[in-house]
This record gives sequence, structure tokens and C-alpha cells, in this order.
Amino acid sequence: MADKVEFELVSPEKLLNAQPVDMVVVPGSEGDFGVLAGHAPMISMVRPGVIDIYEGDRVVDRVFVAGGFAEVTGTRCTVLAEQAQPVAQIDRAGTEQEIANLSEDLADAKSDGERAEVEAKLAVARARLDAVAAGAPAH
Amino acid sequence: MPSLKDLKNRIASVKSTQKITSAMKMVAASKLRRAQEQAEAARPYAERMGRMLASLAGNVQANGTGPKMMTGTGSDQVQLLLVITSDRGLCGAFNGSIVREARRTIQRLLAEGKTVKVMTVGRKGRDQIRRDYASLIVETYEEIGRRKLSFADADGIARRINEMYEAGEFDVCTVIYNKFKSAISQVVTLQQIVPFAVEAGAATEAASAEPAAVYEFEPEEEQILAELLPRNLSIQIYRALLESAASEQGARMTAMDNATRNAGDMINRLTLTYNRTRQAYITKELIEIISGAEAI
Repeated sequence: MADKVEFELVSPEKLLNAQPVDMVVVPGSEGDFGVLAGHAPMISMVRPGVIDIYEGDRVVDRVFVAGGFAEVTGTRCTVLAEQAQPVAQIDRAGTEQEIANLSEDLADAKSDGERAEVEAKLAVARARLDAVAAGAPAH
Repeated sequence: MPSLKDLKNRIASVKSTQKITSAMKMVAASKLRRAQEQAEAARPYAERMGRMLASLAGNVQANGTGPKMMTGTGSDQVQLLLVITSDRGLCGAFNGSIVREARRTIQRLLAEGKTVKVMTVGRKGRDQIRRDYASLIVETYEEIGRRKLSFADADGIARRINEMYEAGEFDVCTVIYNKFKSAISQVVTLQQIVPFAVEAGAATEAASAEPAAVYEFEPEEEQILAELLPRNLSIQIYRALLESAASEQGARMTAMDNATRNAGDMINRLTLTYNRTRQAYITKELIEIISGAEAI
């Protein structure tokens, strides 16, 4: 395949991933979108979810991101993520525990602002659990 | 004249001081390397964020409907200063030069009849500014990046600033920090972070790199911008904290290097005096013996 997309995954603390790939599927805030070479330039928000990296028509890597932004041009796809973690490294039990804790916090939350904050965290934790449930790519 | 015993004690104490300063220097050097690596690692995100913002801002500025964070409140009456210093001393003029600059800025703004509010990061800055301007301090942070500076620390500060801005508690926010130039030179820098000003350079650079990049936005650009700007604020603060951390270690390294060298000089001088005194004693004793023998 001649046409590849330069995929970059960046967190505030470091550059996590930079490689040419055939396709990436990014969980946009308005729905998942796949990026192939020659995609129209676009800037989108990213919701908590999993980025699928394709090599040919096989998923070679799955990375969980906790929201962020994506910039797409014809030749590259840059994802600025707040938190990112390969799906294979997610600790399932830990995430379940976190969800349980956050659910309690939600019940205890007093102000609307507090509630919104906990809800946002809960959404991230749930998305992370979904990511584990879907599993790592089969090699 | 000090006795031999005194001199010996003195030399031993200077030697142990030298050991401490040279150990501190080495610790600072390794911390400096780590801090530099961290600053380096944070660069890609900031760059890409800048690029994205520049293209977004271009679009939004055209229709003049940017969010408050970018357009400002239309006034500069209330000024917020974020002063970044270290928690620990023994790092030369690092904190002193920051505090001096902060004092000068506060005086200038007060003289212009502005209201000034101060936020400090680091114990040293807080203590010194509190002496003169205790009433101006609205918030202080300590132990930021005690072990390792994380993005979450910067995010916490940014969130607080954002809340204050939303509540209309200030109009312009400026951060004062030491920018890392090299291990021996740090530059005191004032940088306005709220309202966010798109650097003309960054905008044209982005435009020239991709001439035909007309972006689609998903969702609306205002909505993205509203999310992106607070994030950018966190990034700017994170960057300032990283620069400051690297500068602190650089300054400490230089200061401790000087201290080690001074201790070395002092040891040499004291050793010389010690030897002279010892010889003088010996000579004196010899003279006593010889003159005693001659008398017989």
C-alpha cells in the first residue's frame, strides 16, 4: 500500500505513538470516524473510547483515550489525548472498583458542578471498561 | 593565633560542607537532566495544540465571535499574576530574581491604578511576597512537582484560574517564571496567558505549511474552542512549571558548583595556615632545645 497516514498520539506528558498506518478509527464526539490517506482536513473533539489502528484490514493496535482532540489532514492524523493507555494494559478489576467508587461519589455529590465532574469521570471509567470487554487485538 | 586543634577542626568542618555541596550539585545535575527530558517530551503536544488553535482562531476571529477566553473582557483593570518559584532554597538567585520582577510588576500596576491579585507557586515566592503584599495574595500552591511534576498539577492550577476568570474576578492573567536557557542562565519571563493571544508567527506558519487547509469542524468551532482554550491554559502553565523546574535545578547546580569551589579554596588556605603554624611550633621547640643546650 503506497498511501499511508502519519498517525500521532500525543499526551501532555509525552509523544506516545508516531507511525505511518493504513487506517485509524477515532471515536469522535459526533461518532466514530475512520481516517485513510487523503481524508478531508478536519478538527474534531474526541470522546472517551478506543482508537483502532489498522494495518491492511487487520486491527494491530487498540489504544484507549479519555477524550481529547483530533486534527486530520490529507497526510496525517494527530490525536491530542488527555490520557491514553493501550487496551491490553488496562486493569479490569481496578476499573470496576473505580466505577463502584465513582458511583458512590455520585450519590454523595452535593452541588451540580460536583455531580457533573463525577459523571464525566464515570463516563471515562465506563468507556475504559467497555474497551477491556471488547478485548485486545487478536494476533 | 589559632591553635593547631582549632585549625584542624575548622578544616574538617569545611571539608564536610564541601562534601554536601558537591553531592547536592550532582543530585541537581541528574534532576536537571530529567527535568529537561520532561520539558522536551511535553513539547510535541504544545506544538500541535498551538497549530490547531491557530487554525481555529483564524476561522473564529473572522466572524468575531470568539469565546471570552480569547477576546478578553474588554478591560485590563484587574490583573492576576501567577508567580512561579521553588519550594527550596540554595539555588542562587533563582527565587530572588523572580520575586524582584514580581515586586516591580506589582508596583508598576498599582501605580497605574490597577487592582492586582497574586497567585504563587512555591514556598519561597510566597514567603517573600507575603512580606509586602500579603493582602494581594489570593491563592498559594506548595509542593507542586515535589516528586515528579505531572500534568494534573498544572491542570489543577489552570482550573482554578479558569473558574476565577469565568466568575469575572480578573481581566488579564500574566505568569512570571524562569525560562530555561542553559544550566548557567535562566531568563525571567513574563507571559500573558489570559486572554489568549494567538501569536502572529504561529498563525502564518500554520498557514504557509498547509496553504489549502480549510478544516471541517465537528462539532462547531466555537464549541471546540470552548473546550480547547482551557486545555491550552493548562498546557501553558504546565510548560511554565516545567521550564521553572529545569531552571531551578540548573541554578542549584551552578550555585552548588560555586560553593564546592569556594570550599576547596578555603581548605587550601586553611591547610597552608595549619602547616605554617605547625612548622612554627617545631622551630620554636628546636630553638628552645638548642638554646637550653648552649646555656649549659
